[in-house]
Amino acid sequence: MIENIRELLKAHEALKREVYLDVENSSLVPKEVIDAMLPYYNQRAYGNPTLTHKPGWEAFETIMESAQKVATFLGCRNLEEVNFTPGETEANNLALLGTAIPRKGKGKKIVISEIEPLSVLHVTDLLTKYGFVTVKIPVDGEGLLNLEKLGEAVDKDTILVSLSVANHEIGMIEPIMEALEIVKDKNPETIFHTDASDAYGKIPFNVQNLDVDLATISSPKILGPRGVGALYVKEGVKVERILEGQIGTQRLWPGVENTPSLVGFAKASELVFQDFEGNVSHMRRLRDKLIDGIIRNIPDVKLNGPKGDKRVPDNVNISFLRCEGEALTIELSLNGVYVSSGSACTRRLLQPSHVLVAIGRKFIEAHGSILMKVTRYHTEEDIDYVLEVIPKAVERIRGIVGSMEMK
Amino acid sequence: MSRSPLPYNPKILELFRNPKNLGKMEDATVSAVAGNPSCGDMIIFYLKINDEDTIEKASFESYGCAANIATSSIVTEMIKGMKLKDAWKISWKTVVEAVGGLPSVKFHCGILAVGALKRAIREYYKNKKVSPNWLPKEQTFEEKQALEEEELAKILAKRMKAEEEK
Repeated sequence: MIENIRELLKAHEALKREVYLDVENSSLVPKEVIDAMLPYYNQRAYGNPTLTHKPGWEAFETIMESAQKVATFLGCRNLEEVNFTPGETEANNLALLGTAIPRKGKGKKIVISEIEPLSVLHVTDLLTKYGFVTVKIPVDGEGLLNLEKLGEAVDKDTILVSLSVANHEIGMIEPIMEALEIVKDKNPETIFHTDASDAYGKIPFNVQNLDVDLATISSPKILGPRGVGALYVKEGVKVERILEGQIGTQRLWPGVENTPSLVGFAKASELVFQDFEGNVSHMRRLRDKLIDGIIRNIPDVKLNGPKGDKRVPDNVNISFLRCEGEALTIELSLNGVYVSSGSACTRRLLQPSHVLVAIGRKFIEAHGSILMKVTRYHTEEDIDYVLEVIPKAVERIRGIVGSMEMK
Repeated sequence: MSRSPLPYNPKILELFRNPKNLGKMEDATVSAVAGNPSCGDMIIFYLKINDEDTIEKASFESYGCAANIATSSIVTEMIKGMKLKDAWKISWKTVVEAVGGLPSVKFHCGILAVGALKRAIREYYKNKKVSPNWLPKEQTFEEKQALEEEELAKILAKRMKAEEEK
């Protein structure tokens, strides 16, 4: 099998340019972040932060400093509100399981939306098996949350609401402030969790302004290293651990702290926020260039999600009709453009992306969808190259479909 | 809804990049479709069959992933010059072998390709109003699977429509 992979990679050898746009699924880490992390593997702070020796105390200091940085960018009241986890998936699991299980006596209902990430969706499926009830709020054709339905869904039995600030696939910025007000108005006891992974570092987001109980953020989504995320837990909100073991500096996650990764997460945050406006306007310009260039030059395409200011600055999601997504991702890869698809073809189940289905895209539109995220490191030339490659790739894949009737 | 790694082999990559026998055949004797675009998986075979029931040429079009394109393409290669009776004996496992193996989540691509081929052969004899004794009345595994996938697409489409109306 490894031979196959080597051959696949060999097919990419003559590329004249490479543009990585699959930040949704994993990111490449900028040099500044790696440079910040490296000393913590073997030069300092490599100890366990709970132990009584110099490398341990150094680690404790470093973790506190990293937490302080993230806490400042998030607008926390104190740094104990930042709970590092091994990622977004883990933070969402902690938020949902760690809130619902201890509150089982208080109520059974959990409210989410139809377009939450799998680490929310599948966790509520799991909770449903153990007697909880999940209500999924619908969204409109652009992915906008139906606030009226949210108001109807939340009641005395509702222990938890989990709604993302911005959607990970189609980039819709949700009216989360209004959602929070509606929920707390209906039931002040309901815990409000938000996955803010696609908002942190992309749009103004701060727990001072948005007074949620719990919020997930993710390191790779802001070009930090993989294997780190955090769950903000507002002071006084009770969340229980979902894993047990040796508890160190992170009361909600057992095991030895990954100090270099926490340093990387904090550094990535600094880089994003040191010129937030500049970064955002750069991403927005490239995003619109990419969207407009595709729509202008390729027939039979559909933008998934909203246009303009309702969309996070980095997200591009487009359906190419009469073009199967997996085939297109391979063709693009062979030309140095790396993206992902909401097609069912990489999944054994026949359902494509649940987000695209929830906004009313037909299966055939979802199968031809391509998700791309731009970063502050991409250049105009990168996007020009992508806009040169995509039309040719789409044309070739559409050529294989040929005259077939699509019904 | 999980993803699995797809380490396609060089043969599949080659057939994906340079598919053989691609395109509609204007003078085809028979054609047959299998799959449904809602499943992200549909192919059509065009066969030119002579009076001796031999496949003179075969071509295909495909809406699907790299494995779908590669398996369809290789089937058209395998059956060229074959008697229909022999082409009928090709199973999905033969096709998977011919492309040098497939990740298990992609076996259905090979199944769909053989399903379409078998449908084309049946269609040919139906048009000719002949039923050779080697052609079984009951559907083969591949034909049943293709049908199952198409039925599933219909059920999903119906369910989506019902939800829209709700």
